[in-house]
Amino acid sequence: MIDWGQLFSNAAVELISPTTAAYALAALGLAVHFGFTGLLNFGQAGFMALGAYGYAISTLTFNFPVWASVLVGIGASVVFALILGVPTLRLRADYLAIVTIAAAEILRLIFTTNTYIDVTGSANGLSGYKGGFAALNPLPEGTYGFAPFTNNSYDTWLRIVAWTIVILACLFVWLLMRSPWGRVVKGIREDEDAVRALGKNVFSYKMQSLIIGGVLGTVAGMIFILPRAVVPSNYQTTLTFFIYTILLLGGAATILGPVIGSIIFWVLLSFISGFIARAVEVGWLPFLSNVQAGQLRFVIVGVVLMLIVIYRPQGIFGNKKELAFVK
Amino acid sequence: MSNSPAPRRGAPVKTTGLHIGEAEPGVAKVDPIVVLDGVKRTFGGLTAVDVEHLEIPRNAITALIGPNGAGKTTLFNLLTGFDKPNAGTWSFDGQTLAGVPSFKVAKMGQVRTFQLTKALALLSVLDNMKLGGKDQKGENLFRALVPSSWRDQDRALEEKAIELLARFKLDGKKDDYAASLSGGQRKLLEMARALMSDPALVMLDEPMAGVNPALTQSLLDHILDLKTQGMTVLFVEHDMQMVRHIADWVVVMAEGRVVAEGAPREVMQNQAVIDAYLGSHHDTDLGEDPTRVDTIKELLHDDDRT
Ligand SMILES: Nc1ncnc2c1ncn2[C@@H]1O[C@H](COP(=O)(O)OP(=O)(O)OP(=O)(O)O)[C@@H](O)[C@H]1O
Ligand SMILES: [Mg+2]
Repeated sequence: MIDWGQLFSNAAVELISPTTAAYALAALGLAVHFGFTGLLNFGQAGFMALGAYGYAISTLTFNFPVWASVLVGIGASVVFALILGVPTLRLRADYLAIVTIAAAEILRLIFTTNTYIDVTGSANGLSGYKGGFAALNPLPEGTYGFAPFTNNSYDTWLRIVAWTIVILACLFVWLLMRSPWGRVVKGIREDEDAVRALGKNVFSYKMQSLIIGGVLGTVAGMIFILPRAVVPSNYQTTLTFFIYTILLLGGAATILGPVIGSIIFWVLLSFISGFIARAVEVGWLPFLSNVQAGQLRFVIVGVVLMLIVIYRPQGIFGNKKELAFVK
Repeated sequence: MSNSPAPRRGAPVKTTGLHIGEAEPGVAKVDPIVVLDGVKRTFGGLTAVDVEHLEIPRNAITALIGPNGAGKTTLFNLLTGFDKPNAGTWSFDGQTLAGVPSFKVAKMGQVRTFQLTKALALLSVLDNMKLGGKDQKGENLFRALVPSSWRDQDRALEEKAIELLARFKLDGKKDDYAASLSGGQRKLLEMARALMSDPALVMLDEPMAGVNPALTQSLLDHILDLKTQGMTVLFVEHDMQMVRHIADWVVVMAEGRVVAEGAPREVMQNQAVIDAYLGSHHDTDLGEDPTRVDTIKELLHDDDRT
């Protein structure tokens, strides 16, 4: 028989997992880009990769302390945003989409190629960079939390840091979006010529937005690698699309949407994959092999998400009123 | 020029004595705010704008008229940095504007509206208005994070916005999305928004198209008020009655060129203007249809209206 208790508790673990936090943060960055400013960034995976590799390479190759490694990652993503933005932000919105999707792929291929294997680890990626972060852990050895959320000292420390960053980032974006700065950016989303005619430097605001959302994605990339290793194949375009899914699920122009969207996404994914695996085990799905079952979860998640987007297109936190006016 | 408040209804006070010498295309003005020289813009083989010399008088209401496709909107785009001419120089308030990006032109105090209305649909009407405020502290990324640094300014902007909205009969809508406004209301919102920055020169592209006549009267009064406060207005309009009613000076364009200039009443008697509206060969083309010619002449002259 299927152990439902086990299934639910496995899914519940994802509620506060650092991966959920990382996706929430990356989606928040995308909310700044797409939801608030109307920038079509399809290269969020590239910004995340810069965070992951920026941090890991600084630590492994250059022996940088944690703070310096973080700054290297952030610096790299600011430069990346400038390179993407300077030629495209003056053009129509679609050009940014094309350039970002290509640039993120170029980054991933550079990280994968054998040429820089000493630094990037090529297709095998990087590991062994967690010492610095673990050394900052003030928690003594032991087990923390309550079932099903019990973790060792490192994992607890990681969760505390990850979610603190998510909360601070939400606060930051919330403050920005209720300010006159946010008003300009939302105006640009609606019609940039009108905003220009009112004397605002549209290019500069778009650039600021691209950098802010990109840096959020980069920090998400750093959180993402702290419970695992850096593997280049994680940064494919599908990653960007998962983050878009989370964003649309939660509501594109909202602050809490990306966070709740990420939680729902990961809890659902974990529950469905757990359920399919158990169902195959007990023989409920005789026509499926284990390998096929592993893929089926994405099909089901896809269908569930489609239903949500069809029946609640404004997302969970989106404003129903807006829908009446979507062209 | 007169500084007494414009009388309501009846004939508004016209500013006269704006030009030096004969009223002809390119005539010099006593105190020009905008000066254009040799401005030319072509689209492929089509010359949309070709203005040898034009001066817009300061602290007056100038109407820019002409048939469809005359180049009025293109001229607006060139003046405000939304389009670049193939040749020519132009200046605003003594500062040359060639190569100055549109947002800087607006910052200098030359604010425009668009013929195809640009309401910011998913912003509230009030937010649309507040966006028009200039030199806002909270529009800086870092100050934005400290609400106490911009809250007072924002509140003042809000008061000003509500006053203007009342004037434009939009105050009841202030918390609605601009997307929920009707076409005419959007036109009004855009005009009100442009006025939020207290521009020195406001350029309105067909401001009254689709606005109901009762409201038009009150808005015309408002525009006249702006003049007494020292603002310069340049507007494009097809409604001759409105032009005659409030314009101090009229510039007539046809096929990219300025074909006539002058005070409203005189300019509409001008043969070049009648030609412009009828096509220059109207005698041969429309010879068999004298009623049409008469209708247009009547429209342009229509002197009995008070
Ligand atoms: N972007 C463009 N590309 C090609 N041709 C253009 C463009 N913009 C304007 N034109 C042409 O330039 C001419 C002038 O157009 P413009 O919009 O300035 O006319 P207008 O005087 O504003 O007319 P209306 O009263 O109908 O608004 C027209 O013949 C038009 O076809
Ligand atoms: Mg036009």
